[in-house]
Amino acid sequence: MVAQDAHAHAAPQGFIRKYIFSLDHKVIGIQYIFLALTAVFVGMFLSLLMRVHMIWPTAVLPLVGEIKPETYLQLLTMHGTIMVFFVLTTAPQGGFGNYFLPIQIGAPDMAFPVLNMLSFWTTFVAFVTLLAAFFVTGGAPLHGWTGYAPLSALTNSGPGEQLGADLWVTSIAIFCIASLMGALNFITTTLDLRAKGMTMMRLPLTVWAWFITAILGLLAFGVLLSAGILLLMDRNLGTSFYVPLVVVNGQVMGHKGGSPLLWQHLFWFFGHPEVYIAILPGMGVASQLLSTFARKPIFGYKAMVYAIMAIGLLGFVVWGHHMFMSGMSPYSAFAFSIMTMCIGVPSAIKTFNWLGTLYKSKIRFQTPMLYAIGFVSLFVSGGLSGPFLAQPVLDIPLHDTAFVVGHFHLIMGVAAIFGMFAGMTYWFPKMFGRMMNETWGRIHCLLTLIGTYCIFMPMHYLGMAAQPRRYSQFTEVAYLQHLLPLNRFITYAAILTISAQFIFLINLLWSMFKGPKASDNPWEATTLEWTTATPPPHDNFGGHTPVVYHGPYEYSVPGAPKDYVMQTDPAQVAAH
Amino acid sequence: MATYSSTVPVQVPKTGQGGGGSQPPAYGGGGDSGRGDGYPDYGHRLRRARLGLAVLLAPIFMFFISIVSAYVVRQGLPTLDERTNTYVRDWIPVQLPLALLLVNTGLLAAGSVTAELARRQITRQAALAPVRSIPGVSLGQESGFPWLAVTVLLGSAFLTGQWMAWKELANRGFYLATSASSSFVYLLTAAHGIHLAGGIVVLLYAATVSLLHKPVEARRIVVDVTAWYWHFMFVLWVGIFALLWFMR
Repeated sequence: MVAQDAHAHAAPQGFIRKYIFSLDHKVIGIQYIFLALTAVFVGMFLSLLMRVHMIWPTAVLPLVGEIKPETYLQLLTMHGTIMVFFVLTTAPQGGFGNYFLPIQIGAPDMAFPVLNMLSFWTTFVAFVTLLAAFFVTGGAPLHGWTGYAPLSALTNSGPGEQLGADLWVTSIAIFCIASLMGALNFITTTLDLRAKGMTMMRLPLTVWAWFITAILGLLAFGVLLSAGILLLMDRNLGTSFYVPLVVVNGQVMGHKGGSPLLWQHLFWFFGHPEVYIAILPGMGVASQLLSTFARKPIFGYKAMVYAIMAIGLLGFVVWGHHMFMSGMSPYSAFAFSIMTMCIGVPSAIKTFNWLGTLYKSKIRFQTPMLYAIGFVSLFVSGGLSGPFLAQPVLDIPLHDTAFVVGHFHLIMGVAAIFGMFAGMTYWFPKMFGRMMNETWGRIHCLLTLIGTYCIFMPMHYLGMAAQPRRYSQFTEVAYLQHLLPLNRFITYAAILTISAQFIFLINLLWSMFKGPKASDNPWEATTLEWTTATPPPHDNFGGHTPVVYHGPYEYSVPGAPKDYVMQTDPAQVAAH
Repeated sequence: MATYSSTVPVQVPKTGQGGGGSQPPAYGGGGDSGRGDGYPDYGHRLRRARLGLAVLLAPIFMFFISIVSAYVVRQGLPTLDERTNTYVRDWIPVQLPLALLLVNTGLLAAGSVTAELARRQITRQAALAPVRSIPGVSLGQESGFPWLAVTVLLGSAFLTGQWMAWKELANRGFYLATSASSSFVYLLTAAHGIHLAGGIVVLLYAATVSLLHKPVEARRIVVDVTAWYWHFMFVLWVGIFALLWFMR
């Protein structure tokens, strides 16, 4: 496994080797995408149930029945876990990254194809393990995707906290192993399999984003694995890593001396790099698409690269901003707050450079570009509420309110998703040889953009008005009554926006089989995936190894015959 | 008289961002269609495997360092004594079976030595492989001392010794959930043992691979990477042992 020659495997024969246990990174990438597609619709259904319950708490829903308070908590736990792990950490990195990283660097496959195949199927096992929690006695756990101890560490702390919680922790542990395998592949491939002429500073920003994301995953998931193992030990083997002396329902539990804060530190040391893992690939896609469709080189390529590195590095020293209300020393809070505000700098550099790319350009407003512009808008909107929460003093009233929910949903739940929409519509022609429908794409983009703003922008107001998060019912709470109309508005917007996602799904599935045939380079882009056939052959480049002569953003180069110069074009162009 | 003169101007691509640097071909010697002349570049594959190992060791390190940091903090953490209603330090130093653990450390160190000898042995064999294929050339002994097998034995002996250490801890009244300190002792030794067992499995794979007559250069890569992994496991064990003993 370790010494696999990257292209030693010939094109596979037979259905199983071609489509099930394939070693081809392209097939594995599509498998990840379909896993994430399944997960996102499960997760959206859960959020729909949550939103409906919030404004009609006593409603009896078809298929689900009545949603009791503990059921609501189970829904939000599984919604968060499924979305963060099986959508945001699989599709952008494991899906598009797996498919296009080797091609964009000119390699015939990933460095370790067997490991790649194993990493997908391990992710699949993790997903099935998690979903199994719905069907066991007691149901899914109710401790939130953050799984704070001692609620998550005691088996009698609530419904779903027995087998369901064990399945949850096991699923996450399996997911850690899968992610580490994937990260290993990405890093080794990027460092070792680049084609001739593809220097690090000629890599497309998508590759830089996948590379840095893989490094983040490499260093963060090991810590989550240890956190999960300690939790499993506390739950099942009687240890007291996380659980102090507690009394549950009048019964003294056998634990003593543990620290719930230990879980928080271990979890958030992973948790904060995790959210950068979720967003960085989307940033890479946005950079790529903005440049391609504005027919202009990305503004400040080097700054963009260093900004990605800075975001990755700083992401490891800010985890305490999730713990401002845990009773930590104000000096620690001060340090974490300063570092969190520092992260705003490279993020702002990237945002200004995106705008600089668009400035005075001839924009082609095709669907991938619309999603990319939507990404920038949502990244700014969601990102701006971050510095608010980075102030410990402001976090006191805002922690655990709808303000936080609005912040992270705009960034992770919408901006990152727009990154995926953008990547999907952009690379669809290369993956499936057909174009997605342009009109329905634009309709979907507009509906989703407006809809998600309607859902998540009001949550900032709700949070400032002290509406708590993770509360199953507040229709009978006096001081929150005046917020009910706004909550109803959000729920209606959510119902409409979720319905609009079926436009994308139908467009995707229909176009895979019936869409108009695509040329090899429909967007007139410069990177290596557009030099090869559509879809790419088994070894990506049809037997020859590409040689790279240019950087990835040679658009509108003065003196060039066309308004773009492919990276593999050997023609010399005057220095500019 | 033949003269050689170049009539084709050499053009060095120098355009685009990032300068005109170039990378050596990633695969094959000669040609540009993968394997080229048909002989895979084992030197490059070895470097790639070593890179993969270095990348693998980073999360393993993060995993253990997170447990170590939990250990250090927990050691100094006072807990509520419900009878006196005051905060007391409840860290009970575990009575480690020092002699047994020192023997185990010696076994692992010996395993590191034999792993290194196995690595050098197969490196020599791989270097001499092209010479060996020349008809009529004999290089003397075809099979050297089975350092690989000895490493597997020493590793297994280490794991057996760790199991015996666990039994001794239980005899002394230190079970997994007895105290925070004992929990960490079992956790750290078990986690290390599991990772070492993984290394043994890979060594067994290397041994069976040799039986399946894979080219010696390919086997060399497996043994090389596993030997480095073994050294890392040894250093890791020394670190864990030092923590558990000097900061007990």
